[in-house]
Amino acid sequence: MSIFTSYSEKTHPFKATFNLVLMSLLITALFWLALSLVGVRLNFSFLAPLSGRIFDGYLMTVCLSAASFFISLLLGVACAAMQSGKILVLRYFAKLYVIAIRGTPLIMQVYLFFYLMGTAYGITNRFICGVLILSLFEGAYIAEIVRGSLLSMDGTQLEAAKAVGFTKKQQLALVVLPQLLARTLPALTGQFASMIKDSSLLCMIALIELTQTLREISAMNFKMFECYMLLGVLYLSLTLPITYASKRLEQRFDYEA
Amino acid sequence: MRLEINGLVKAFDGKTAVLDYVNFNDDVDTLALIGRSGCGKSTLLRILGGLIPASGGTVCLDGEPVSEDERHRKKIGFVFQQGGLFSHLSALDNITLPLVKVHGFSKSKAQERAFELLDRFGLAGEAGKKPSQLSGGQKQRIAIARAVAPKPRMLLLDEPTSALDPEYTTEVLDMIRELKDEKLSFIIATHEMGFALHACEKMVFLYDGKIAEYGESREVFANPKTSELKEFLSKILEWKV
Repeated sequence: MSIFTSYSEKTHPFKATFNLVLMSLLITALFWLALSLVGVRLNFSFLAPLSGRIFDGYLMTVCLSAASFFISLLLGVACAAMQSGKILVLRYFAKLYVIAIRGTPLIMQVYLFFYLMGTAYGITNRFICGVLILSLFEGAYIAEIVRGSLLSMDGTQLEAAKAVGFTKKQQLALVVLPQLLARTLPALTGQFASMIKDSSLLCMIALIELTQTLREISAMNFKMFECYMLLGVLYLSLTLPITYASKRLEQRFDYEA
Repeated sequence: MRLEINGLVKAFDGKTAVLDYVNFNDDVDTLALIGRSGCGKSTLLRILGGLIPASGGTVCLDGEPVSEDERHRKKIGFVFQQGGLFSHLSALDNITLPLVKVHGFSKSKAQERAFELLDRFGLAGEAGKKPSQLSGGQKQRIAIARAVAPKPRMLLLDEPTSALDPEYTTEVLDMIRELKDEKLSFIIATHEMGFALHACEKMVFLYDGKIAEYGESREVFANPKTSELKEFLSKILEWKV
């Protein structure tokens, strides 16, 4: 046993702290070296007067992601239902949707939707357009999460729900839904964190969300490093708590394993 | 309880019949269904329990036709081979939820009934645990407690000990035996010949989807008439002490 290694999940707090500090020092050194090699001295003070704009962008990102999350959830559940339903046109449509969306890059979808569909059908509001694009994109991933947990439902659980005398409605409300929720919630929360990051690509249609705000600021001030470092920290401030929540949910529902 | 089966047929998706024209007419208190795997034991129990529809023929319990709806199911207790407890509920909630939602118990009455059973079978300490935290034997005994809690007219058990270690098998069979002493009627599909012989008054030997032999357990066991039952018994008892 050395101070650098551990073979178990649990590590002595002293050893953990020591190695965490060591890792942080190494990363800081790496960054510091890189910055000195390109000859940059970081200075964040110019950002202070711009904090209002940055906050607006931050808020826009939160609104975009939250709105998209609800719409994509509806889309995903509907799509999963169509995929396992008996109406063939809908089943094939849902399959095609999932394949097309998951198989192509988001940036292509952003451009195509905004310039073709948006122009053709007169959706000019960038926020609405952004929410629609992001919802369509994430909906396909959520459909797969929901479909996966539908498939993983144990047949005996459904039979037992019948056997104890539950009506169809009760089977759904008392057994199927709670079990599905337990299975999908951790993955859905994780997907929400992805969604927040994915929303950054909407800067391509000049939607003034967080990424676009800092792109503009960096273009004006030529302070690329400071702007993008702040951008990273701000996205982490959103995604880290959500990732943590997802982990907690996973632990809470681990009886499903 | 009177069990009448007339010309019962069950085939899945047009394949060969799992149950092939089964007929039966007798009073049933405790009945063992024996036969090798795939002979139709589970299918027969599922039809009796109203879990799957028959392809043809009729089944009546005490003169009432068995059908695939919850009014029939609520009168029957069903215990699965394994995995029948709801995985998202504690042992206690597994027992109380059907009592409250199906049988109209108040919450406190349901808990009272649940603890009465849990206490009696030494399971009170497990009341708050989820199925994943219980041993195989505890799970099956709680499943049985859930099935008998509403005082069903009949208990159907589908190989309740097949997935258990010998130690747990005994504790589950002991519990069924105890319930028998309280005049609970049951039909059990089982490979435990000792239990079929000593705890079940009558025995049905299913072979290829038909009732090949039926009678008093002792009689069927001591004097098998068909070569199929002779072969089945000699195989299943080959390594028993």
